[in-house]
Amino acid sequence: MRRYAALLGVQLRAAILLQMQYRLDFFLEIVLSLFWIGAALAPLYVLFSMRDAVNGWNAYEMLVVVGFFSMHKGVLASVIQPSLNQAVEHIRKGTLDFLLLKPADSQFMLSTSKLELAHMTDLIAGVSMIAWALAHLPGTSVSSTNIAFACLLFACGLAILYALWIMVVSLAFRVIKVDNLSYLFVSLFEAARWPASVFRGALSLFFTFVIPLALMTTYPALAVLGRAELKHFVIAAAVAAALLAVSRLVWQRSIRSYTGASS
Amino acid sequence: MMRGLRAFPGLLRVGFVSALAYRAEFLVWMLAYTMPLIMLALWTAVAAEAPLGRFGEKEFSAYFIGTLLVRLSSGAWVAWDLNFEVRQGTLQRRLLWPIHALLTFLAENMAALPMRIVLAVPIALATSVWLGSVWVTDPVQIAIIPLTLLGAFLLTFLPMAMIGTLSLFWESSLSLYDLWLALYTVLSGYVVPLELFPPQLGAAVQVLPFRFMLAVPVENMIGLLTREQALTALFWQWVYVVGFAFGSALLWRIGLRRFAAYGG
Repeated sequence: MRRYAALLGVQLRAAILLQMQYRLDFFLEIVLSLFWIGAALAPLYVLFSMRDAVNGWNAYEMLVVVGFFSMHKGVLASVIQPSLNQAVEHIRKGTLDFLLLKPADSQFMLSTSKLELAHMTDLIAGVSMIAWALAHLPGTSVSSTNIAFACLLFACGLAILYALWIMVVSLAFRVIKVDNLSYLFVSLFEAARWPASVFRGALSLFFTFVIPLALMTTYPALAVLGRAELKHFVIAAAVAAALLAVSRLVWQRSIRSYTGASS
Repeated sequence: MMRGLRAFPGLLRVGFVSALAYRAEFLVWMLAYTMPLIMLALWTAVAAEAPLGRFGEKEFSAYFIGTLLVRLSSGAWVAWDLNFEVRQGTLQRRLLWPIHALLTFLAENMAALPMRIVLAVPIALATSVWLGSVWVTDPVQIAIIPLTLLGAFLLTFLPMAMIGTLSLFWESSLSLYDLWLALYTVLSGYVVPLELFPPQLGAAVQVLPFRFMLAVPVENMIGLLTREQALTALFWQWVYVVGFAFGSALLWRIGLRRFAAYGG
């Protein structure tokens, strides 16, 4: 365990040093992230200039959901996506062999190999949105227990996101060209920006059951607003644990069937 | 130029065959157009409580299915290809051909359109079954649907080609495309029908090019425009097309003088 903590430190330092070489791109990325956040908020701005609430969610409550979405997106884009895209690159070029030879867990090594700090903008923006919304929300007092619960559910959401992502990347062993699969995954994830109750009919089936998006953003939002029930925690924890276990299994199987680049 | 036009059908055929060869990958790209459905979910949920202006549940559904159809039939990816070829130095091979390089890119991007349209047609038919009669009935407006779609495709392709050409000056030109895309997302009617915008913003949106890339073909298709409005919009759409065509040819000429062919 200690060894892995030290390894994590080394990996992170290398990733940050790499980032600091491209300072202009770094600032450009931050500016672009801000633009995209604006683009994401535009429909809500239009909507709530005409309406007070949708499906029982008012503007501030909706903003909390969008805030959690933005936080997830920040973690996805800055930590999960870059390192796992690198995995795909390794598989395609055959350089994964070098990584597998190292005396550490391959999934750990890959998952921590790259960091795109600029995308942390989304994470920070998400936190600010939530804080701003909670400060303006009439008639709700935010207790620290609610925040703790929300953090717990957010962590479950991250675990789900990471597990799904590992499974997508495992596909790279079979289909090689996975960069458009990762694009597809990100597009599907976009649906998590609205409260789950917005999706009705066939769409709800797809977006909440096929991919458990509601667990990632709606549940933490409910928790911070003090509306979460015990069942939410049980469902989120169970799904997160199950998906993590399955993804670990899928990864190990994929590695085992991997025959190297030369064969 | 004439030589390029004569070679164009051949280039289209080659492009079509290569698009067909990578059909699985193509399908995944197409499935990634989820944004219209995400917006459809939000806005129909809003309209379920009470309609917004002209937009009830049915109109919102038709509108966002329309955006999906237009996106499907107007996609391009030349900015990435150009940026990649400039950085890898493979652009020089293309420059040796006796045809304007932008025309070869245009042929490659256009060659995917038949497959994209094959995908769009069943969606349009399914929508007719699901929502009933949502399409425009005016014969003139039906007749200009292909023109508005071609205009939307060219207005997607040409600015993208210009930004791709900027790679000759600046390696990170794709960041600029990202910015363009963010503006497009809001101002083209992709996430909210433009007439729902607050009036001050609505006026600016009318004159910017983004509307002609998406909202105009959609609104024409589902009969939100009168015949007169549709024809005026079509005119301005093609004015923009001609403008961007000249702009991209000019920029290409200037940029090419700087191209040093890395790794040559």
